Amino acid sequence: MTNVPGPSSGSPVRPARVRAAGWGWRHAPRTRWALRGLDFEIDPGERVLLLGASGSGKSTVLQALAGVLGGSEEGESAGELLIDQRPASDSQGRVGLVLQDPDSQVILERVGDDVAFGCENLGVPREEIWPRVRHALAEVGLDVALDRSTAQLSGGQKQRLALAGVLAMRPGLLLLDEPTANLDPAGVAEVRDAVARVLESTGATLVVVEHRVDVWLPLVDRVIVLSPDGALLADGAPEDVLQSRGEELAELGVWVPGHPHAVAPRVSAPGTRVLGTRDLTVGRSVAFAANGFERRMPDLGFLEGTSTAITGPNGSGKSTLGLTLAGLLPPIAGTASARGTLRDGASEHPIDWRSRELLTRIGTVFQEPEHQFLRSTVREELAVGPRALKLSSAEIAARIDELLQRLRLDALADANPFTLSGGEKRRLSVATILATRPRVLVLDEPTFGQDSRTWAELLGLLGELVDEGKAIIAMTHDRRFVDTFADREVRL
Amino acid sequence: MTHPFSRINPVAKLGAALLLAACLVLTVDWVSAGTALLLELAAFPFLGIRARRFWLRTLPVWVAAPLTGITILLYGRPSGTIYWEWFAVRISDGSLELALATMLRVVAIGLPAVVLFITVDATDLADGLAQVWRLPSRFVLGALAAFRLVGLFANDWRYLELARRARGVGDAGRIRRIPGQVFALLVLAIRRGSKLAVAMEARGFGGPIPRTWARESRFEMGEWATLIAGLMVGMIAIAAAVGTGHWNFIVG
Repeated sequence: MTNVPGPSSGSPVRPARVRAAGWGWRHAPRTRWALRGLDFEIDPGERVLLLGASGSGKSTVLQALAGVLGGSEEGESAGELLIDQRPASDSQGRVGLVLQDPDSQVILERVGDDVAFGCENLGVPREEIWPRVRHALAEVGLDVALDRSTAQLSGGQKQRLALAGVLAMRPGLLLLDEPTANLDPAGVAEVRDAVARVLESTGATLVVVEHRVDVWLPLVDRVIVLSPDGALLADGAPEDVLQSRGEELAELGVWVPGHPHAVAPRVSAPGTRVLGTRDLTVGRSVAFAANGFERRMPDLGFLEGTSTAITGPNGSGKSTLGLTLAGLLPPIAGTASARGTLRDGASEHPIDWRSRELLTRIGTVFQEPEHQFLRSTVREELAVGPRALKLSSAEIAARIDELLQRLRLDALADANPFTLSGGEKRRLSVATILATRPRVLVLDEPTFGQDSRTWAELLGLLGELVDEGKAIIAMTHDRRFVDTFADREVRL
Repeated sequence: MTHPFSRINPVAKLGAALLLAACLVLTVDWVSAGTALLLELAAFPFLGIRARRFWLRTLPVWVAAPLTGITILLYGRPSGTIYWEWFAVRISDGSLELALATMLRVVAIGLPAVVLFITVDATDLADGLAQVWRLPSRFVLGALAAFRLVGLFANDWRYLELARRARGVGDAGRIRRIPGQVFALLVLAIRRGSKLAVAMEARGFGGPIPRTWARESRFEMGEWATLIAGLMVGMIAIAAAVGTGHWNFIVG
């Protein structure tokens, strides 16, 4: 066991130096190296934006720097990865890591305990822990009581809590792995501003992974780019790299300012009204969420061949409205009713339809694709809906093959849906819905956390569907999505 | 405002409930159980638990006790006068007495267990288990963090249910869908769990440095008093049973 000294009492933060020399990593079951031959040096106090395509190993670099990649049973490493001359796997306390998913990094029940957790693990004396906790919370601007329940915080607050937990450990190297990908615009600003304040006061070294470049550009002084096969592609000042490699980066899915992805113009003409609400109040019972709620909605109508974006802050009831329109949640009051081609002989209210009747009428794409996966291969997953419709096996095979090709999933037909990347999961969840050709599509945050390439593909695909005469209803925070794609915006 | 009793270390409450239960399972008779129950009912009003909360949380005990009683009344080993007989069902002096004793016992053990635990916070319990009882902190804190995920699982479960309806496989009976849904929840749980493990490890959890505790888990006068009170109730109950000749040692 190595003797790692705990941070001494009241020590100011000492920014860390990072050095990679021919470093590489291979995940245990794979034969291909995820990363190889990485050479770079990051000076104390430098602020680096790490870019690359999905799957290029950006997160792996961060996890390795944080010393949480695991030992030889998790994979094999090559070369050296050092933090202040010491192997990264052996640098507890020098490095703090904030991850993407706000829900999965809240560790304890109360705000104060959660922030104190890292200090306790580093052996910080008790009388020093609480001043550190209060200081860290103040620094990230999280002004809540120490015994406040962590479950009641918003996404942006949870990310700032995670940041505070890391800060209390006084790390010299701060690692952020897409910390704002799952947040609404207000949350993104909260977290980015908190990080800016922290860097200002501590001078810590920063490495941030994020494909939304514009969020972090004002804060960083260097950009490192990984190629899709895990090697170093570019390294330099942000202006230089974005200027010389902008086109290439945009191709990789990085959101480079000034390099928008082309989305084909739409040609649809609005058709007849297929779905509408009257005096609708949506809500969730107490059993559903920790605290049930009710929201009164404006009267809405949806036409064939149109796209509607439903926007509004967190808690305005967007998701709940979506689930209600989709015939999945019963209205608390008022009605959501189908008519014309959508109703097609079924009852007036979607909530009264049988599950099988929903399939050809309204398709729902959930915010978390994983909630809607049912089978162990992509092909089987796509067959679920058509089988429920009792289509012939020839018809089912034809539909699946078409979708696999159209959504670039053909190489993954036998893969397990849960092992796909974020973008692939999103495409699959849309494909499963298209397999039964519903007339209305309801999508909850379809572009959340997607890189620019998947984003453009998704918009292209949805555009084709609208042109075919489908009605699309999307709950979203994504301004670009609303501006590029929506025929109409409903603000809640 | 917190009642002084809610600040008593949870491990002391756990200990008191265990001591009391240990005394009461030694014998099956109505005197010891009845005595314990009377003492408990006298003590509860001083523990700072609101009536509504008390009845709501102890409801399972009030339901379980009569059900156990009725079962024993009908199927318990018969002795003495037999009042009623039908197939395997026999109601006798013996089964009547046994039913009453068991029913009182379920209430006398169940009530304090529930009441003592209404006022327990999971984090405080973990602090106590690790610091006072010296259980390994990796295990205790891992369990505590995992416990917090349970709330997320409840939400996942509802989404899984809605997703099945949306995917066209929601018409089959609810019961028939349960195994598949449980499996899906398990997959989600493992994924959430491993993400949480990475987050914990990134904050130095499980590292080589001896851990400190931000909050001291104290075991002082109040805690000892709680333990002794639990034991006293048990001992008085046993004394009453022995004194009145109802003591009936369960083993042997």
